[in-house]
Amino acid sequence: MSATGDTHVHDDHDVHHHKETFVTKYIFSQDHKMIAKQYLLTGVIIMGIIGILMSLMIRMQIAWPEQPNVIFESLLGKWAPGGVMDADIYLALVTIHGTIMVFFVLTAGLSGTFSNLLIPLQIGARDMASGFLNMISYWLFFVSCVIMILSFFVEAGPAAAGWTIYPPLSALPLAQGGSGMGMTLWLVSMAIFIASSLLGSLNYIVTVINLRTKGMSMTRLPLTIWAFFVTAVIGVISFPVLLSAALLLIMDRSFGTSFFLSDIFIQGEVLHYQGGSPVLFEHLFWFLGHPEVYIVLLPALGITSEIIATNSRKPIFGYRAMVASILAIAFLSTIVWGHHMFISGMNPFLGSVFTFTTLLIAIPSAVKAFNYITTLWKGNLQMNPAMLFSIGLVSTFITGGLTGIILGDSALDINVHDTYFVVAHFHLVMGISALYGVFAGVYHWFPRMFGRMMNKNLGYLHFWVTAVCAYGVFFPMHFIGMAGLPRRYYTNSNFPLFDDTTNAQLVITMFALVGGAVQIVFLYNFISSIFYGKKAEQNPWKSNTLEWTAPVKHMHGNWPGEIPHVYRWSYDYSKPGHDDDFVPQNVPMKEGEEELHH
Amino acid sequence: MDSTVASTGTEGKTWGGGNKPLGASYGKLMMWFFIVSDALTFSGFLAAYGFSRFKFIKEWPIADEVFTHVPFLHGQELPMIYVAFMTFILIMSSVTMVLAVDAGHHMNKAKVTLYMFLTIIGGAIFVGSQAWEWATFISGDYGAVQTKGGNILQFGEYVSVDGKEKFKRISIDEFAIAEESARAEHERKNGLWFVTEESLPPYTVSEIYNGLAANENILVRNQIINEEGEKTVLSRAESLKQIKENGQLVVKGANLKVNEYGTSLFADFFFFITGFHGFHVFSGVVINIIIFFNVILGTYERRGSYEMVEKVGLYWHFVDLVWVFVFTFFYLV
Repeated sequence: MSATGDTHVHDDHDVHHHKETFVTKYIFSQDHKMIAKQYLLTGVIIMGIIGILMSLMIRMQIAWPEQPNVIFESLLGKWAPGGVMDADIYLALVTIHGTIMVFFVLTAGLSGTFSNLLIPLQIGARDMASGFLNMISYWLFFVSCVIMILSFFVEAGPAAAGWTIYPPLSALPLAQGGSGMGMTLWLVSMAIFIASSLLGSLNYIVTVINLRTKGMSMTRLPLTIWAFFVTAVIGVISFPVLLSAALLLIMDRSFGTSFFLSDIFIQGEVLHYQGGSPVLFEHLFWFLGHPEVYIVLLPALGITSEIIATNSRKPIFGYRAMVASILAIAFLSTIVWGHHMFISGMNPFLGSVFTFTTLLIAIPSAVKAFNYITTLWKGNLQMNPAMLFSIGLVSTFITGGLTGIILGDSALDINVHDTYFVVAHFHLVMGISALYGVFAGVYHWFPRMFGRMMNKNLGYLHFWVTAVCAYGVFFPMHFIGMAGLPRRYYTNSNFPLFDDTTNAQLVITMFALVGGAVQIVFLYNFISSIFYGKKAEQNPWKSNTLEWTAPVKHMHGNWPGEIPHVYRWSYDYSKPGHDDDFVPQNVPMKEGEEELHH
Repeated sequence: MDSTVASTGTEGKTWGGGNKPLGASYGKLMMWFFIVSDALTFSGFLAAYGFSRFKFIKEWPIADEVFTHVPFLHGQELPMIYVAFMTFILIMSSVTMVLAVDAGHHMNKAKVTLYMFLTIIGGAIFVGSQAWEWATFISGDYGAVQTKGGNILQFGEYVSVDGKEKFKRISIDEFAIAEESARAEHERKNGLWFVTEESLPPYTVSEIYNGLAANENILVRNQIINEEGEKTVLSRAESLKQIKENGQLVVKGANLKVNEYGTSLFADFFFFITGFHGFHVFSGVVINIIIFFNVILGTYERRGSYEMVEKVGLYWHFVDLVWVFVFTFFYLV
């Protein structure tokens, strides 16, 4: 009986209804569902389109180096004189593509959309702990997006030092075109982004700890929430260190300190910098940089866990192992950054230490991969686009992860460091995997967000073309990488050594163009379904989690009456003794029924 | 509703949902996690400092020789006295903050007001002291010569103190022989006002050399720390040779590019880390002032809880704690 005297605490601060104007409902909204949609629109869709267009331009330049191209001429203007892409803008495109995809789309876009949408709904809370901070977080993110895009319109071009902004290219304003105003804007944008990410993460963490509904113990949380929670914790731990690095870099750039610089000539002139070390920057950067990989990947894995279990009509295999592996990955991610620096002049002994810690990550990763497969095993599989993208994620997570073992070993890594092999590895394991997570999430929770269904057949088309093209792009890259082709080169036509790779590059670009084009199908499907999609039922996927018990119609506070209480974990699928093959979390236990995973 | 008759199976469990497992409001938890994040920013800086200092382990300036000044006691060498005073003030302000929080728990408005006021005063004294310390650090007192390789050469002579030979620093002002200079005085009226006179070195290297040559007892010491834990003093012949051949720039005081105390990173990190910490103290004082006025206006009394005082208290203690680390790594170690 619940009458044990403990008070049912829920902040009822937003239960009383205000009159909402257009501005408070759609623009400066403090409602987590609206903020999630705002993140989806700016973070995933708009920034995603920009990021993908950039990658296509990069691919076209590599496939047809230094040839006039009408697309370059119209999109790049003065940076493509006569339609031939300039080398400076190529580097800038590589830089901004990386920055946008890693930070804006797959960090803020992915976490911002799904953490905001799902955390309150799945744990049974009226809203985020602080709706106000949540709103500030989104608008800071918006400002940082605008500044990053604005950097394309400054005289000397946007930042061009790579998304890792290693000094001295990033620290000396005169080093190259992109080191000037463009780099300054990059740093300003990222500083604002870090503030936004911090506010968002604080909200996610505190909401999960404090606002769970009665009965929602930590071991009954859906794995999505576990993943979002741990992601937010990693964010709070790693982004501040990027902030340290960025602030020191700004001091070097603008105030003449020597933290990252030493003994440098520029245009024949000796600069005054003494004693600093660019390797220090790499340490600080990658202390963020590696956890960042998991900030990108973990939410996608959480989404996948939920979707695979729901659509296999089976409890997730090894719930506790899944939670433990999320925690293990989070912990390990903070002690492996050195594997990005095997050839940077770091002490080789440290290299072997980092090799050891890096290879340890294979264990929790394998636990996750096997648990996905065993969840699918003999399941009553319901195929839909969300499920396909989730299975696709498991596939790219494995193929990309296997090359991670090669790259994590310093002795092997040295041979392929900074080649296309690395490009193939991280695009598969974090880029494509996380994007699949985003797609899966959008297909799965679209009915929850908009009350309508997305078109299934267009979804299938989207998945299969995307899946084929993703492997078509990144599989051959392993081979040209092993052939020694370095990444980030503007053109390889000056090196006879790499002549053999030109055909492969052409094929890759073809796949990239088709794969990029098919995203238009997704966009069309997404936008038209908002208005004309089939009306969704309350619980279209017959899922157990709480978000499907709340009305879709926009309302503050999520549930009209009392918040549902929770009596079981979220994976009671096909449980013997029940008529349906799913038992939502808010259904009380029957007489004598036992909780499955305890 | 069924929820009133069925048990959720987690009643009474701390993490069972429907309660605040850590017994803290969301605002207080957010402050804790913000502190975690800010602590990692400072860790980033301190790790960078450690990394850089380790690189120059043999020649890092000795803090006892740098931070020797106390206001109103000019010309005396009192290592660490003033910074110890600053640290004491800051820690005392933490104590008064605890008392304010405690008074808040007892809803004692008068006491909260008093202790918040004392905390603000303590913070203000600390920030002011830091400003004074920066000013002293920037203006410097002995001066030195920087070599082509970026090393700092300082001057001094052996004097006997209590029967022991001791190396005593000598200011370049005391021995440099100023030459008649053709250089125009930088003044607003002759159009060169945009580079003020102060930012230029007070002497040329040759003026220093002449002064050194004329004073038999003055020796040069370089950055290298010897086995006794002191900077290496060169012989008379070597002193003259070093200044003559390698001297490049006369340095007085410190800025972000060069400083008279030693490697340029020393001043870079000093300014950056104490500056970043000072910025935290400053913002803490501002926040405390806001809260102070809210206390006076009775906002929290009407709210029935002084939790805001507790939250800013957490921040204030954190800022103090960071200072303990900065103090340890910059001044003591």
